[in-house]
Amino acid sequence: MDSYAIIGAVSVLGACICMGIGSLGSALGEGQTAAAAMQAMAQQPDEASKLRSTMFVCLAMLETTALYALLIAFLALYANPFWNYAITQN
Amino acid sequence: MDFKIDFSKWWDVPTVGKQIGLESFDSINLISFGDWAINVTIFNSWLVIALITLLSYMVTRNLKYGKEVSKRQIMLESLVLWLQKEAKETGGTESNQYLGMAMGLFVFIITANLLTIIPWFRPPTASLSTTMALAAVVFFAIPYFSIKNAGIKGYLKKFVEPMPFMLPLNIFSEIFSVLAMGLRLFGNMLSGVMFAMILSAFIPFVAPLIMQSLGLLTGSIQAYIFALLAVVYSSSVKKEIQSQTI
Repeated sequence: MDSYAIIGAVSVLGACICMGIGSLGSALGEGQTAAAAMQAMAQQPDEASKLRSTMFVCLAMLETTALYALLIAFLALYANPFWNYAITQN
Repeated sequence: MDFKIDFSKWWDVPTVGKQIGLESFDSINLISFGDWAINVTIFNSWLVIALITLLSYMVTRNLKYGKEVSKRQIMLESLVLWLQKEAKETGGTESNQYLGMAMGLFVFIITANLLTIIPWFRPPTASLSTTMALAAVVFFAIPYFSIKNAGIKGYLKKFVEPMPFMLPLNIFSEIFSVLAMGLRLFGNMLSGVMFAMILSAFIPFVAPLIMQSLGLLTGSIQAYIFALLAVVYSSSVKKEIQSQTI
């Protein structure tokens, strides 16, 4: 098994694990946020528009962690710095 | 100096394998002369700016009031009024000063994001350079509005609250909250574009359409959030002072 195969396999595996675990926490948090916001909207329908805008801002902030995982996965897959190193070594 | 115009790549529908990756949109040069080049991202953002300018020019030529108001004027007015209401809910009573910045960011981002329904249009917001430039606007707008509203003392006081030893953490949070804005928009748009790309390689017919319509929803929400967060960060200093005096 040469360095190409090892780097390729580890990059794909790392990207998949990174995306899976990284989106897990963000998804749980977003679910809780949406549930709480819906409960609040059901209790106070007059404040629904204010609650909705606040909920969207909170959801966007929570989503950022999953997006960091996505960026790392993209880096591992398409812009892997070790890939060029392996090419220059051989 | 060799002057070269090559628009053949601009019409290419992005495909898996060839032009995938973080810098793919920035690396396609349309017009190049010598060391300088204009890539797809810059050209498409110019297109977006030209479209917004043209539409705004057309709408604001024959402004009327009363019952003679045209449909286009109603559209633009309702957009401004809606954003004014949202800014007032988050930014406090004197939120009209943030409205120009928020409106500019919102209209640019939502136009760029909604134009993704054209299959070969690469949205300029799916490039890290554009989103970081937009975030830089917010980064400089925060001290501007803070000093304007609370004075330079009130702005610097924000960094030593609640304790003086929190100073490095506050500086980091100031920088990273703005960086996260740019990264968030970039990540959302890039994931939408790349997901449609990858899906169209497997299921070319109906499935990418559904995902692209979901991308339209994501794009409009991201534009709203970017504008709203710009208002929230800009009005952060003022709000604290108000809550202290009450």
